[in-house]
Amino acid sequence: MYFIGFYALKLVNSASLRKGGSGSAYMEEYMTGGRGTGGFVLAMTLVATYLSAGSFIGGPGTAYTHGLAWVFLAMSQIPTGYYTLMVLGKKFAIVSRKTGANSISDFLRARYESSAVLIIASLSIICFLIAAMAAQLIGASRLLQGSTGLDYTTALIFFAITVVVHTAIGGFRGVVFNDTLQGAVMTLSTLALFIAIVMKGGGIGNIVQAMKAINPGMISPYGVKEGFMTVPWVSSFWVLVGFAVVGLPAVAQRAMSYRDSKSLHSGIIYGTIVSLVLLTGMHLAGAFGVTQVAGIKSGDLVIPTLITSLFHPVVAGLILAGPLAAVMSTVDSQLLVVVAAIVNDLLVNYIKPDLKAKFKTLRTITVVTSFIVGLIIVVLAFDPPELMVWLNLFATAGQLSTFLWPTILGLYWKGANAPGAIAGMVTGIGTYLFSNYLLPRPLGLHPIVPSLALSLLAFIAVAKVTRKPSEKVIRLFWGL
Amino acid sequence: MAEMGERHILEKNEYGFVEDPRYRECEKEVWYGVLLGIVNLVIWAAAGYGLGSGPVENYSYIMGFPAWFFVSCIANSLLAIVATIYIVKRKMRVMPLDPMTEEEAEEYVRNGGGKS
Repeated sequence: MYFIGFYALKLVNSASLRKGGSGSAYMEEYMTGGRGTGGFVLAMTLVATYLSAGSFIGGPGTAYTHGLAWVFLAMSQIPTGYYTLMVLGKKFAIVSRKTGANSISDFLRARYESSAVLIIASLSIICFLIAAMAAQLIGASRLLQGSTGLDYTTALIFFAITVVVHTAIGGFRGVVFNDTLQGAVMTLSTLALFIAIVMKGGGIGNIVQAMKAINPGMISPYGVKEGFMTVPWVSSFWVLVGFAVVGLPAVAQRAMSYRDSKSLHSGIIYGTIVSLVLLTGMHLAGAFGVTQVAGIKSGDLVIPTLITSLFHPVVAGLILAGPLAAVMSTVDSQLLVVVAAIVNDLLVNYIKPDLKAKFKTLRTITVVTSFIVGLIIVVLAFDPPELMVWLNLFATAGQLSTFLWPTILGLYWKGANAPGAIAGMVTGIGTYLFSNYLLPRPLGLHPIVPSLALSLLAFIAVAKVTRKPSEKVIRLFWGL
Repeated sequence: MAEMGERHILEKNEYGFVEDPRYRECEKEVWYGVLLGIVNLVIWAAAGYGLGSGPVENYSYIMGFPAWFFVSCIANSLLAIVATIYIVKRKMRVMPLDPMTEEEAEEYVRNGGGKS
């Protein structure tokens, strides 16, 4: 398997060598795949990026414990398929072509012309995405551990090497190709698992009644535990994993990469259908699973246990490829964004600008950085916390607090300027970290809601009283 | 249209430059996404907490699911899919994404691209 992989990588590698003459052409090719993504591929990469291990391992595991209430919570992701692509929309694609932006950081640099904005953004990407990747690796390793009996550490190292080698050498093209395949595998696995569970349980009606017999809370929107799934807290997820995912740098990067408006249109349709099939199927499988395999203790082991107990070992292996694929595609695109932040945003812009012209050196640095970041993640994942979902949501919320408003306001509001963006980012991250550690449910909400609200207020207030952005920027973004 | 002269086809904004004519359409398409999002949210909340709040004993069922769950999650997802297909096929427009010259922008507006 590894040989085939390496051969494929060599091909990709030599292709990019022939194409990229200069350093900056290489960066564009590496980061956005040369903006050639078609509709189906766009949908699959987006779905694979945001429906991560959270939806495949953590989410269904939690649904196993809390029943339909957790599926209900997860359905706050109904809009993600269409919402992100419609809200960033064609304007984001047009602007990123006008400014030559390959990543969200390029976009922010062109829009705010401020080193401070860029440095805060890059540091936030590096910190929160490393946390996110560690969470994904933990999830995947638990999955391998739970289904094969492999030692946790071995599973972790095996998985990490595969992902890092792949991303380091392939760049966006490699990631995109892989994501498409993985998106397809994820969809098929989900359908197989869902159908198998429903057939074995004697139909949906019987399963729901069996859940009710275990605990009536399993089929109520308030869940089984008093005071956990409260209305304000559950509704907050519409912000955290629903509307605000527009602000995830990995998602925004995908929204720069499509070929033309037709690809965007079909991407929106495919993305909506595929993400809804995956979300509903996987979470219901977790919730229904409680009637078939009782007493699984760790949430992260529910899906692997269900799969191995329902299917013939060979089929089980194929189906397990689904959640593994989900993790892999999420980690590789996040790794890509982190490497972009370090090499593209910090190194080339602030430390050694002359690197832009040196294609070979740049490529070596990129590859080496990928390996170093990979190493840090593995070290972090060596000592895993109880449930990866919380680490994952922490990383998501941290990124949203940083990026949501600078991206949206920068794109649609002429008045958005650098001091406003800095105020918004600092307020957002500060409020989020503060309430995450000291005030777990402010007003009954998830901390992300007050943090985004305050961040927006700070952004607008500061931008109103400070100097407007330069006319040059406004012309670049709004002019022809 | 042509005799109106080129200056009238592309209007200048408060900064005194010609704004990209594609943005009007783009910004309209954003609202479709936002509105559909709000519709999904309202159905989710109304059905979930409206139908699901009574005692579990009194639940009614649709296709085996409790009614609150069927409407807020299953039916709502189907609505999202149908509405998305409708919006994309009927409301969103194909347009070039690359930077335009003034001539191309005029051409775009003349061909009805700038119509609201």
